[in-house]
This record gives sequence, C-alpha cells and structure tokens, in this order.
Amino acid sequence: MATDIIIHDEKDNVGVVVIDKITPKQDCACWIMENDKTVKIQSLDEIQLGHKIAMVDLKEGDTILKYGHDIGKVVKSIKKGEHVHVHNVKTKKW
Amino acid sequence: MEIPKSFLGYKRENGRAGTRNHVIILPVDDISNACAEAVANNIKGTIALPHSYGRLQFGADLELHFRTMIGTGSNPNVAAVIVIGIEPKWTKKIVDGIAKTGKPVEGFHIERTGDIGTVMKASKKAQEFVMWASEKQREECPMSDLWISVKCGESDTTSGLAANPTVGNLMDKLEPLGVHLCFGETSELTGAEKVCATRGATKEASDKFMKTWSSYNDFILKEATDDLSESQPTAGNIAGGLTTIEEKAFGNFQKIGNCKFVDVLEPAEEPKKGKGLYFMDTSSAAAECVTLQAAAGFNIHLFPTGQGNIVGNPIEPVIKLTANPLTVKGMGEHIDCDVSKILSREMNMSQAGDELIKTTMRVANGRLTCAEALGHKEFVMTKLYRSA
Repeated sequence: MATDIIIHDEKDNVGVVVIDKITPKQDCACWIMENDKTVKIQSLDEIQLGHKIAMVDLKEGDTILKYGHDIGKVVKSIKKGEHVHVHNVKTKKW
Repeated sequence: MEIPKSFLGYKRENGRAGTRNHVIILPVDDISNACAEAVANNIKGTIALPHSYGRLQFGADLELHFRTMIGTGSNPNVAAVIVIGIEPKWTKKIVDGIAKTGKPVEGFHIERTGDIGTVMKASKKAQEFVMWASEKQREECPMSDLWISVKCGESDTTSGLAANPTVGNLMDKLEPLGVHLCFGETSELTGAEKVCATRGATKEASDKFMKTWSSYNDFILKEATDDLSESQPTAGNIAGGLTTIEEKAFGNFQKIGNCKFVDVLEPAEEPKKGKGLYFMDTSSAAAECVTLQAAAGFNIHLFPTGQGNIVGNPIEPVIKLTANPLTVKGMGEHIDCDVSKILSREMNMSQAGDELIKTTMRVANGRLTCAEALGHKEFVMTKLYRSA
C-alpha cells in the first residue's frame, strides 16, 4: 500500500500528507521515518498535500510535536484525524 | 555512488577556484547604476550589478557595504572587475580591496567627468578585461575548492521532509572532502535555536551562535508591532502547510545534516578557520542571504524550495531543488533537481543526496542553472539601519 502520510519522529503527534489530498473517512497509511514503522489512521477532514493531520486527540494548551520537537501550542481542541494548521495551532514564540 | 574527487573550475591568482568566469561592472552607489549598466550594455559578456545603496551610510552599516562590495569583486567566480562610483575615495577603497586577490580591477569615478566620459573610459577597460577573461580555460580542481552555500525559500512541509534533508545528505557526504559550507537565516532558526546551538563544533562557536540569535530576537521584540504572523511564516509557507515559525525552523535546520559548524560569521564575512561548515548571520530573505554568502566567497549555492522560490544571483550559480510534485509540475523551468520521489518513497534520502551531488557537479563544471538560463541575477545588499 502506498504511503499517504509521513511522520518524522515516533514522538510526533502530527503527520504530513504526501499525496495530492486525503478525503474524510479515508483509511491512510502512515510511515514513520525515524524507525521505518507503518501505522494507520482514518481521516476526518479533507487535507491537502503538505498539510498536517492529528495522530491523536489534542486539547487546548497541548504541545504539537514534529521532528520530535515542540513546534507550537494547540489553541482549539483537535480530534484525531483532523486538519492541524493555523486555525487551531499557534507559535509559542513572539 | 562514488563521490567525485574533482571538478573543472577557473583557477584564480589567489589560489581559489571559480565555477564561473564573470567580468563584472560594480557600481559603488545607487547613482552610479546607470553608468555601470551602460558599460555592460556596450561590452558583451560583462554584467552590471546595480543595487540601491552606498550613499551616506556610516558605522557598521558602511563597513558591511564595503565588505559586500569588495567580497563580491573578490569572489573566485569573477575574473575581473570594473568599479564605478560617484566619488574617488570610496571607489578606490573598493578597488584596493579587490586588488588584494591579484585579479585585474580598475576603478572610475564620475564626478568632474560625467556619465558619458566615464562610460567611454570604463568601456575600453571592460573590453580589454572581457577579452582577456575569455581565454581562461577550465582546469581540474580538487573538491576542496568548492565553497557551497545553502539557503531555503518558499518552504513548505515538503522542504523539511525531503528537499532540506537532501541538502543535509550532500553536506554529510562532501564535508569529509574538505569543502567549505555555509548556512544562515538567523530569523528562521527561531524555535530551533537551542538545538542549533548544540551543533557548534566548539563551545565558543555555540556561544557565538546564541549571542547572534539573541541579538536578532531582541531586535525583533523591540521593533515588532504584532506577532510577525504576517511575515513568519509567509503566506506561501502557510499555503504549503507550515503552521509556525518553530515548524519552519526545524525544517530549515535539516539542511546541515549531521555537520557541526566551526564558526559564526558576520554578514558577508569570509571564513578564516579552514574547511567545514559555517553559520553566517543573515537575513532570511532569499536574495539578501545569497548576496551575502557570495560576498563571503562561496562559489556554488544550493537552494531547496517547497512552493517554488525563483531567486538567482549574478555571480554565484543557484541550484534549485524541490520535493513538492506540484511545484515540479507547475514551474519545472525553475527546478534543477527533482527529489519529489522521496514523498512517494520511490527514492530514499541517500539516493536523493547522490542526485543532488550529480547536479552540483554538472553546474560546477559549467552547466547553466535554471535561474541563470532565465536571467535571474538578484543582487540585494543588506542594510543594517538608517543612513546619516
């Protein structure tokens, strides 16, 4: 099965869509680069190439991990499978 | 893949080697642009480098101006230089700086002569220089003569996933051959600054990096009227899926692979500690950053992009790579190296690194980059503050 989503690090709670787009209720294959493992997730939203999907449920104040590192905070709760972007995540800088 | 041991370059008087053989017409200041462009129009095979500054600057800002001017003329991709300024003193200062390399350089000032007389005198010398340079031949040069700078732009998540780590893979493979390497973009390391600092080869280098980054961050906090969310990430970054500056920074940081930086350079400062990776304090705007790196003596540039930055430089060839298949499809004329198969996992990072090495060698040996063929020659001086 082709890879729909790539995850940088096992600790990450988001993955990146690497096909043109995924659609709601799509069963997606995710590849974790760091350890070469494969996991599955069902999407809730349509998500475009390059955009992120939540791998777990996230609540306001949670930290988004990508590359195994802190890349910002959740400002609106996010369900597993939903689109993660500027509408629900903000920088901790500035 | 066996890593190449040499490339075909132009050997220069000071022992450096160029990947290009330009004769440049360098204006000292904004008001000398017209004259420089007229000379370049008269004498085929020369190139003028117009820019916006060079008047009433002072202090560190003026020093940076001279460092950029002299560094650009001294770059080994440049065979010979005509310098044209309004006044004799600053013109001579730049001529004298470039002359230390041993390459042909001559200065002309416009005051008391006017544009037309200056264009005539400078054109005669430019013709002599370009005909002399045209007989230069490429010769075999060791890989250590390559000075490779890197900067990413119009990044998206595919940059951090694939195009930037491809550059990192190239760095890991070429660093042992004694090349000089340079990354910059102080602002776009924000969020990853502490992790970046751990990559200093010495405590001194790490401390110098943190000092440089903190100074930048203090400036941002002082000047910012809001949270910079209009500029960092950019609209293009956000369209490509990047959400925060931290995410952009960790993606950016993939470009240096596992290398450690030996020193931190001022903008346009020439590296002095020998081979290896350097961090330069630069703007994250593409043309400004590449202009500073070229002025520090770097002779070939790798530019990973996500959404499709199109920047070029007049003297340092800029090689574009992308992993975004939509960018390859929509604006392929700007992409020298396509690594989009990493996303579909038909190509691994090491294979992508090899592809980029092959492209880099072809360009070092003389193949035009997309940006060169399309006429991109953005020469953008960095200005630190208001003029006197």
